[in-house]
Amino acid sequence: MKCNRLVDVGRRQFLRGGVLGVAGAAAATVLPAGQAQAQTARAMLDYPSTKLANIADLKVNEPMDIGYPDAESPGILLKLGTAVEGGVGPDGDIVAYSVLCPHKGFVMSYHGADKTLNCPGHFSRFDCEKGGQQVWGHATQNLPQFTLRVDDKGDIHAEGADELIYGRLSNVLQG
Amino acid sequence: MAYKRNIDRLPIIPAGAKEHNVTCHYCIVGCGYKAYTWPLKTQGTTDSNWSGEDLSKQQGAETAAWYSPSMYNVVKQNGKDVHLVIKPDVDCEVNSGLGSIRGARMAENRRSDITGTQQQRLTDPLVWRYGTWQPTSWDDALDLVARVTARVIDKDNENDLYVSMFDHGGSAGGYENTWGTGKLYFGSMKVKHCRIHNRPAYMSEVHSSRDMGVDELNYNYADYEVTDTIFLVGTNPMECQTNLFLNHMVKGMQNGAKVVISDPRRTVTVDSCEQVAGAENVLHLAIKPGSDVALHNTLFTYIADQGWVDADFIAKSTFQGDVAVPADSAYPASLGSFEAARAACKMSLADGAAATGLTEAQIIQAAEWIAKPKEDGSRRKCVTGYEKGIIWGNDNYRAIGSLLNIALATGNVGREGGGCCRLGGHQEGYYRPSDAHVGRPAPYIDQLIIAGGGKVHHIWANDHYKTTLNAAEFKRVYNRRSNMVKEAMDARAGATREELVDAIVAAINAGGIFSVNVDIIHSQIGQAAHVILPAVEAGEMNLTSMNGERRLRLTEKYMDAPGSAKPDCLIAAGIAQALERVLREEGRDAYADQFKGYDWKTEEDAFMDGYNKGNPEVTYERLRAMGTNGVLEPVKGFADGKLVGTNRLYEDGVFTRHGREDGKALFCMGEWRGWQAAGKAQQQANHRFFINNGRANMNWQNWFLDQGNEFVMDRFPVPFIQINPEDMAELGIKAGDMVEVYNDVGATQALAYPEPTAKRNETFMVFGAPNGAQGNIVNAGVNELILPNYKATWANIRKISDATPASAAVSYKSWEVEL
Ligand code: SF4
Ligand code: FES
Repeated sequence: MKCNRLVDVGRRQFLRGGVLGVAGAAAATVLPAGQAQAQTARAMLDYPSTKLANIADLKVNEPMDIGYPDAESPGILLKLGTAVEGGVGPDGDIVAYSVLCPHKGFVMSYHGADKTLNCPGHFSRFDCEKGGQQVWGHATQNLPQFTLRVDDKGDIHAEGADELIYGRLSNVLQG
Repeated sequence: MAYKRNIDRLPIIPAGAKEHNVTCHYCIVGCGYKAYTWPLKTQGTTDSNWSGEDLSKQQGAETAAWYSPSMYNVVKQNGKDVHLVIKPDVDCEVNSGLGSIRGARMAENRRSDITGTQQQRLTDPLVWRYGTWQPTSWDDALDLVARVTARVIDKDNENDLYVSMFDHGGSAGGYENTWGTGKLYFGSMKVKHCRIHNRPAYMSEVHSSRDMGVDELNYNYADYEVTDTIFLVGTNPMECQTNLFLNHMVKGMQNGAKVVISDPRRTVTVDSCEQVAGAENVLHLAIKPGSDVALHNTLFTYIADQGWVDADFIAKSTFQGDVAVPADSAYPASLGSFEAARAACKMSLADGAAATGLTEAQIIQAAEWIAKPKEDGSRRKCVTGYEKGIIWGNDNYRAIGSLLNIALATGNVGREGGGCCRLGGHQEGYYRPSDAHVGRPAPYIDQLIIAGGGKVHHIWANDHYKTTLNAAEFKRVYNRRSNMVKEAMDARAGATREELVDAIVAAINAGGIFSVNVDIIHSQIGQAAHVILPAVEAGEMNLTSMNGERRLRLTEKYMDAPGSAKPDCLIAAGIAQALERVLREEGRDAYADQFKGYDWKTEEDAFMDGYNKGNPEVTYERLRAMGTNGVLEPVKGFADGKLVGTNRLYEDGVFTRHGREDGKALFCMGEWRGWQAAGKAQQQANHRFFINNGRANMNWQNWFLDQGNEFVMDRFPVPFIQINPEDMAELGIKAGDMVEVYNDVGATQALAYPEPTAKRNETFMVFGAPNGAQGNIVNAGVNELILPNYKATWANIRKISDATPASAAVSYKSWEVEL
């Protein structure tokens, strides 16, 4: 049996902090004090800007594990190799997604051959080249994609998300 | 880019929010949900909320303390705007907290003036006036319906009134509403010309099972968890009964069950079973389309020849002798004893292999997994689930009968880990006066309408335009006939009611048809309607239904109806009362008297008038107390504050569904005879592609709402047809191109989706779409009892356009998970 099927192990490893490349995680967990009083009406406003990596760190089709908006929210940063809508960087091919399946929150794995994220929970899959569109599955939303900005040094910053991340009723956790 | 809601925060359900029992009203599984409502401008906090969890922290997988934006809305309750969350119930045995891509969007698919969802829902009665539909009052609309209807019906002569009415539970069906409509058309009247929501006549989809004595929903879902083999025939539960698959079949496989799947197509279910059980424990019998009877008869023959049968059960519980019921126009095959069926169905491995396209080894393997006793000599348990692949496939009566033969011969009905059941579409919820006057075979309504039959047509949540066969011709004729009436009404604009009714009656006597449409949205056939009456669904009313294991529950009303929309039972009561009044005015008192007895104020009154009369133990109050787990029908009593149900049918080995006094099950004596329905063999000979058709996970049972749901329409802007990539290349078709699918009876369009696992020249098109009706290319061929054969369809395919921008934006990757 391939280890990707061992979902629970995968999840526990993540929560233990066995994740590589969470460059900005520490920064992300330090939130402004006012955050705790954030109101629903202020949705989409309060994301941390978190440096995830530098363009030079990325290899084509090899996802890098990230945590965004904080370390408890696992995701991947990925250079696809071909430009996609919503992709950033000089080649327009860098994207980042949450890897918590929006169905029941299992941690998904990346399948490089067709650039999809696949869920060991109940077999949903999402297309990393199409904005995280659910190719087939049980989730009632497409995959949260992280908004990226590349600065002139080539540093990649995450600055937002476009769907609710599994397991939290506010993407930026509230006090 | 994929559709995103851009919602990144949701109001928190406060402790003390109102909680309502909800059964998902989409598919037959009937998953348990809870609806929470609370006042606007209030919410819980991360540390004080409904769940008791600390919501300032990330919650783990499978948490009950999370809900998605699709589970949230703002709706009206008693006239006030409230927050609404509808989330899966972890304590419901059906789904244990699992939602699906359909059910977990229930909240989002409610009408909301605040969030703007489902603005397509009808809010007021509409009457055709001044060349379009004008909103009006219930009194005005019902008066017109009654006056026109009264002109074409009379005591013992109701054959000019045609009725299309749902017979299901869930959705807007359920015991309240089937009773309301049933009492009107089968009690007050004896309407003979009627049909059901998804087929062109009024009949059972599983006649043979019932004639053999076996109700089609005889097990409970837990039987899948304790069986040795799961045998799935013409069914795709991962997509169409999702949480039955995920919460029960998966557990069965994890407990060691093997799976045999008979389906011409490699479905997502096949792949998922392989993921769970390992490919070595899954046998996919990719039979030639329509060869089910051959497969079942070969299996039955082989199993009987090996002696892998339950001789005690056959002796005690099945008919002894030869023929019990001879074949005739009402019985497409004779029914009789095990030995008689063995003789009639005899089919060698070689013949079976030739007919099905399988190898003999595959058939033997299937037989062994289904019936071969275990090493220690003990019986093998096998549970059989079937659905539209054979119900709407070739030779319905014999296909189901021959499958049930295997289950009966192996003693797998009424036993733990057994059962032979349809998997179903909607939930059930049928309670009506007898339909015996309809006759058997029942009248083929859609063909009668095409031939000019019917003067007034009452339609209850049927959309023939999307879900009938020979749909292209049906639409042409129906548009013409209903337009005759519209033109007559337009010509009399400004006339009195009396003059208008005269004009309508003149038009229908000249060949027109007056169409009354009761629905929750303005449907496609609703475009032809003259009066449109707005109905409601479960949750907008209290509604009782039972799921695919006979689990009865009450969905509690958690929000107001849109506008002045009403439950169907109360609409039926309104029609009855209007008819009574009009008939009395006309001096037809004796006939008017037949329409008494509808003084219901609420849906609960209708429930008490109908279902409760036959099942006096069952009341709303008791069902409410039974929560989302409900009780398995039939209800046998009430003890210790609980309704007492029936865990499994026929545990006593006494079979009753056919009404035979001896309580003995019958076997089906139906030999394999190739294509049964008219015109199928010719169509196959004259067209390149098999157009298999069915449902897709995302929108089956809720497409009428999902045509207004962006998440769904973004994924498939046009219905898809899956085609083998080499076939596509030969025809110059690229992924996402719009193709026309055309044959001798019509044409339709679809978006080409490459599917490497599709066999050459065998495609799969999604059925029942609002914008690409597969029924356009299904010929009029039916079985002896007017069961439609939607599946057996052949056509040619040509490209008509490059992908539209919407189609070009979607993913065309494989549906099979890669772990
Ligand atoms: S599986 Fe069926 S009943 Fe359950 S949530 Fe999905 S659509 Fe509703
Ligand atoms: S958790 Fe991913 S499919 Fe269910």
